[in-house]
Amino acid sequence: MKRNPIWMVVNGIGLVLLICIFALPFVWMISTSFKTLGETMTFPPKWIPNQLLWENFSKAWNSGPFLKYLMNSTIVSVGILILQFATIIPAAYAFARYRFKGSNFFFGVTMITLMIPTQLIFLPVYLQMSSWGLLDTLWALILPFASSAFGIFLLRQSFKQVPEELLEAARLDQASEWKIIMKIMVPMAKPVLITFGMFSFIAHWNDYFWPLVMTTTDASRTLPLGITKLREVDGGVAWNILMAGNLILVIPILFIFFFAQRQIIRAFIYTGVK
Amino acid sequence: MTLANSNETLHRKREQSALSALNWVAVRPYMMIFPAIIVFTLFFLYPIGYMIYLSFHDWNFVSPDKDYVGFSNFTALLQDAKFQQVLRNTFMYSFATVSLTISISLLLALWLNKKGAMYGFVQGAIFSPHIISLVSISMLWMWIMDTDYGLLNWFLNLFGISNIPWLTDPKTSLLSLIIVAVWKGIGYYTLIFIAGLQSIPKDIYEAAALDDTSKVRTFFKLTLPMLSPTLFFLTIIGLIGSFQVFETISIMTKGGPINSTNTIVYYIYENGFRFFKIGYASTAGVILLLVVGVFTIIYFKLLSRKVHYQS
Repeated sequence: MKRNPIWMVVNGIGLVLLICIFALPFVWMISTSFKTLGETMTFPPKWIPNQLLWENFSKAWNSGPFLKYLMNSTIVSVGILILQFATIIPAAYAFARYRFKGSNFFFGVTMITLMIPTQLIFLPVYLQMSSWGLLDTLWALILPFASSAFGIFLLRQSFKQVPEELLEAARLDQASEWKIIMKIMVPMAKPVLITFGMFSFIAHWNDYFWPLVMTTTDASRTLPLGITKLREVDGGVAWNILMAGNLILVIPILFIFFFAQRQIIRAFIYTGVK
Repeated sequence: MTLANSNETLHRKREQSALSALNWVAVRPYMMIFPAIIVFTLFFLYPIGYMIYLSFHDWNFVSPDKDYVGFSNFTALLQDAKFQQVLRNTFMYSFATVSLTISISLLLALWLNKKGAMYGFVQGAIFSPHIISLVSISMLWMWIMDTDYGLLNWFLNLFGISNIPWLTDPKTSLLSLIIVAVWKGIGYYTLIFIAGLQSIPKDIYEAAALDDTSKVRTFFKLTLPMLSPTLFFLTIIGLIGSFQVFETISIMTKGGPINSTNTIVYYIYENGFRFFKIGYASTAGVILLLVVGVFTIIYFKLLSRKVHYQS
């Protein structure tokens, strides 16, 4: 590229503008969450509030059973992750390493599942949960995601790359298949497992649609749903409280992103490209 | 005699254990895929079948009877002016979102595909909305797009543009949702494009540079064709994703004003949970399933053809 000083200045200004387009909304969110209600209604808007009103956060937190929401969110996201690992690791191993009758058929079933978006089948699943009496329980939020076609697909690829000699050697040493999975396959596929884990956790931590459909009371609501309830506080929209509540939801994810940016970006790009 | 006898039993025992081992080896793969397949069957395949079944029935969720009505749900739905608008909204939203996101991201990728801490930071910044919950994104943009006190109108005021009622005017409501979707999606698309650009072999460019090919020509003759798998992947994934838009609509507009932002998934939700027209809602679901299915098949058809060419 030409080292033209004018070009470099233009390039620099462009980069700063680009950052502004993506960072300023979040700065605005943080700024609003510290304002008084009156300050949110000044025009032109103020970027820096007169004083930092920390009580907005406690007001948001105390406006509903937020501890319960937080616990539900954690149980659901972590529970899904554990079940997914427990179901995708053996399945991916079987698809990658065994030849058995119907393996193509069952892998086809998995691939079809991969193509079906959950937003599309919520109504029949809702009716099913209703007939099982599982509506408005955490089971309704966890069970449909207890396995992941996508996870099996990713993991099968990486299990296939483990050299067969390694497994033969282990089998000569009388290692059980279970041991082979835990001591050879899982450690070798660790990057893929971490990638998938982050992807899955963030997706379910942020999810709004599924809990909205499946829950009706605070006993099983998750954090994103709880945040949307903040709108009903005090009649009109109190943007300062609302933004404070959203910040509670956003901060943990941004915090993780700040420290594991490379891994997270790689996770999303990898899962996108494959 | 006794020796031969015991020998025989020993032999039989060995055979039996070999047989059970054989059984175990034969059964093992099925045991290992069983939990996953059960989940897929119960929560994906069976519901699809049930939804198709319901689309041929009339049911209000409460009554014990589901009346078989043939294709009448389909004909009624396709003739319904509201559903026609819902389809139009969904397609408009999807095509506008995907084409805007892809063209902007491609330009950004060409610009930001450079080494250095600064570029890494910018890439991280534009990607950040992708991992934030749509709940927060929606509420933040509702606030930014607020007619009287919103940041966006304040910014436009600086250029002499008077306040626009972004979300409350049917003329701009769908556009507002498209803006939010593009803003959220750009970072992800850009980074995928950058990954695609980096996978293009460098020596091709060196050859082009030797031939004194112009930058624009190099882009259209070299970069774009090499990027076409990525471009194609993002288009299909983007369209399939956009067809199912729900969160931003549910939080920011509730399908309004006057249905200007009502799209298929929100329509299914409304009919199922507010009006209890289960058959009708299922029919809309089946139609969406068909649309998504067609795009998925196109994707795999073209993908396999591409693999064919390469081999």
